[in-house]
Amino acid sequence: MSEVMVNPSGSVPPPAPAKPVERRDRVIIRFAGDSGDGMQLTGDRFTSASAIFGNDVATLPDFPAEIRAPAGTLPGVSAFQVHFADHDILTPGDAPDVLIAMNPAALRANLKDLPRGAEIILDADEFTPRNLQRVGYSADPRADESLAAYTVRELPLTTLTRAAVADSGVGKKDAARAKNMFALGLVSWLYSRPLDTTRGYLEKKFARAPQILAANLAALNAGYAFGETTEDFSVRYEVAPAADFPAGRYRNISGNLALAYGLVAAGRGCHRPVFLGSYPITPASDVLHLLAGMKQFGVTTFQAEDEIAGIGAALGAAYGGAIGVTTTSGPGMALKSEMIGLAVALELPLVIVDVQRGGPSTGLPTKTEQSDLMQALFGRNGESPVIVIAAQSPSDCFDTAIEAVALATRTRTPVILLSDGYLANGTEPWRIPAVADLPTWDPGFATTEQWQDREFTPYSRDPVSLARPWALPGTPGLTHRIGGLEKADVTGAISYDPANHDTMVRLRQAKVDAVAATIPPLAVDDPDGARVLVLGWGSTYGPIKAAVQAVRAGGQSVARLHLRHLNPLPRDLADVLPRYDRVVLPEMNLGQLATIIRARYLVDVISVTQVRGLPFTSGELTGVLKDVIASVD
Amino acid sequence: MLAAKDFKTDNEVRWCPGCGDYAILATVQSFMPALGIPRERIVFISGIGCSSRFPYYMNTYGVHSIHGRAPTLATGLSITRPDLSIWVVTGDGDGLSIGGNHLIHALRRNLNITILLFNNRIYGLTKGQYSPTSELGKVTKSTPLGTLDRPLDPIALALGANATFVARALDSDRAGLTEVLQAAAQHSGAALVEIYQNCNIFNDGAFDTLKDSTTAGESIIPLRQGEPIVFGPQGSQAVVRAADGGLRVAETAAVDPAEIVVHDAHRSDPTQAFALAHLADPHTLQHTPIGVFRSISAPCYDDLARRQVNDAVAQAGFPETGAGDDAFAALLAGRDTWVVD
Ligand code: SF4
Repeated sequence: MSEVMVNPSGSVPPPAPAKPVERRDRVIIRFAGDSGDGMQLTGDRFTSASAIFGNDVATLPDFPAEIRAPAGTLPGVSAFQVHFADHDILTPGDAPDVLIAMNPAALRANLKDLPRGAEIILDADEFTPRNLQRVGYSADPRADESLAAYTVRELPLTTLTRAAVADSGVGKKDAARAKNMFALGLVSWLYSRPLDTTRGYLEKKFARAPQILAANLAALNAGYAFGETTEDFSVRYEVAPAADFPAGRYRNISGNLALAYGLVAAGRGCHRPVFLGSYPITPASDVLHLLAGMKQFGVTTFQAEDEIAGIGAALGAAYGGAIGVTTTSGPGMALKSEMIGLAVALELPLVIVDVQRGGPSTGLPTKTEQSDLMQALFGRNGESPVIVIAAQSPSDCFDTAIEAVALATRTRTPVILLSDGYLANGTEPWRIPAVADLPTWDPGFATTEQWQDREFTPYSRDPVSLARPWALPGTPGLTHRIGGLEKADVTGAISYDPANHDTMVRLRQAKVDAVAATIPPLAVDDPDGARVLVLGWGSTYGPIKAAVQAVRAGGQSVARLHLRHLNPLPRDLADVLPRYDRVVLPEMNLGQLATIIRARYLVDVISVTQVRGLPFTSGELTGVLKDVIASVD
Repeated sequence: MLAAKDFKTDNEVRWCPGCGDYAILATVQSFMPALGIPRERIVFISGIGCSSRFPYYMNTYGVHSIHGRAPTLATGLSITRPDLSIWVVTGDGDGLSIGGNHLIHALRRNLNITILLFNNRIYGLTKGQYSPTSELGKVTKSTPLGTLDRPLDPIALALGANATFVARALDSDRAGLTEVLQAAAQHSGAALVEIYQNCNIFNDGAFDTLKDSTTAGESIIPLRQGEPIVFGPQGSQAVVRAADGGLRVAETAAVDPAEIVVHDAHRSDPTQAFALAHLADPHTLQHTPIGVFRSISAPCYDDLARRQVNDAVAQAGFPETGAGDDAFAALLAGRDTWVVD
């Protein structure tokens, strides 16, 4: 371990001769520290700078469910992984090349994920006997062989930061808190990232706290300068901008933000106000926060007394002609079930967003899972079909939200949109669409004129879509009563007639099934006639596609198909599946879609499952695919 | 001008013959024309229970929703559709048991809705179990040895939730009910009207004390705005302030007229209304106040919510949908963008 030069005045030593720069095609960095250390912000800033620089980026935040778990403990560790590359990447990366560990807890919690040869930058100031003991280190890992496989850079980050911010006038505590900016500055130097976007960000964020701003800027600059001058780092790296992106203007976006934008775009698309009824729940709450800040686009948000009231208010608003939306996660979905059933019976448009997390019960609030699929498809009493679609990447949440609203309004049926914690908080570059290119449609309300010659029949149907008229209160001549009791076909009067019930159950199912006719043909990614197909849905898109690329890079063939529509399933799926000797289906649950596929198509899919609260790594999926390919050869 | 018959539907009314719901329906239908609102701008929303069949019998827009949740649908509708007159019909089980949470929140938010709570102190539709308003010790199918839980008073509950309009009426008292409905309909904000309703099948005669001409006078305390609260034969009884600050009933002749409490539903402080609610004996119904307990004006949630949106829209300068394309494009782009050529 090398000596570290500390300049107590915090001033920058004269510039050393520029260090050599090595090129890398991609790098994975994990920032890890206490949940109070600002690791999410640090990672987010680094990602932004990388994205603006032109790299492709993908991120994976991983933070504790507790707001502030005890400092310095394993449960309190918060991490942010960013993968940036000079080419199109699909996942936040399997294993970090670099770990920034702000304390022993961060080292201990993340070491198991590090491959041999990885680089560790740690804050030596935090490696006190007490801190080591608190996380169960009986001996200092720096002193024995436990870090021998890694390149370790021990830096007194706290001391360096304190020295750097000495002139800013902040107290000792605020000074130490700026060490995440020191680390960011250092890593920015190491990977040749510009600092200006982060500077701009800090200036805005701390506009009203000039001392804290000065401290953060000083720490950021000092970290950068430290990299330049220290002998700890002999080279720096460069990851060139990615060239394989379609032309356009880009930004970095998270799934929850893309979802919020998509809902606003959908309301604009059909010229109806958006009404969100919601109850705070991790990891969906951000959609409520974000939409609450978009009132200028005619969006109303209502924080309800509970999950049921959230969806009830959304349904009431939909009855009145607004775009009714409710957002939640698994436990909230359970509470909303009865109201979704009412929306099925009322045949009103309603969008239910389930940002899935680990279950059952309260489960893992901040971790991702795909285990609400069966709940979305079947989690209601009676035959209660709804449309179910899933987003596949953070930016895809935008298009999925628009499609959910379009389907709901056109069919007058509830639509469940499945996202998950990984998509919600993960980010990726997004080509910003031109507003003029966004879809528009007419919600097609029933009018007095349409019905002036005949009695209004609220349960008559469009011959193709089987949708019933959406007749808004306030429309003269169309007064009618609807409810959760079974209705007579066409007239909508209460009916307990057995034959009518049979008709109505089948009609509601047929209406949802009819959506399949509007789904575009499946695009199977199969360039060379593979015998193995890997099928996926939702957020496994990135890891599966990355694994498929790895398999093909190794000279083998594998086909790939990703489903957005989970109910109804695309019609041509029945033709695609039998074309392959094996169908592999990775899911972050115990095989929920696999069960459906087996039941519907009698195809014995190979179900690959994991429920660790984290996405699949492309490495593990590559291994699985290679094994399956070998088995058919 | 519409007539009561214009509010009738073709649906055959399916309540048990003799049910108090018929009287309420007839009164509401004959009161509706006086509202002066076209039928299509009136919406009745209900939950589950005998009372919740009400919307089917009103020739307006209507939703028969799910158990206890009618106020939630009314909330979304009232926020988004200020042009509508929204009525919630619920019962003691629907509104106070399974839906108690929604009721208190709808009231405290002061949404522009009128809630009619039919209180028959029993579960009718599920055939005779006790309800949250049933008297203590009541023997029912589900409580063969008598109930153990103290009854809830909807008026006191509503006042506790800081409801801005709280009233009670009797199903059979057409004039009194009409008067209360009138006041409730004119109220800006959430109005709770508890209507004592006889279930002649499972709890017959529950309110006879208040209806029988020999007992009604001594049992009912009529609340008339601005008048001293006296009742009984020739006003022989009066409500006066007790030494401990609460209210008590006294012989009118035995007290100084100046001591008799003058009813003022417009007091912003709800304590007097609350004390009035507690004069009633939940078991015998003796000293049951009937009329408007509270009627104060306060901002409505839905007005405020719309104002926030409208102000934001106006401030952004694109009131018309579609006019904000540039602003929307700017929103989508956010702060940090880059261009790939
Ligand atoms: S059960 Fe009672 S409340 Fe229900 S309809 Fe019959 S009489 Fe009326």
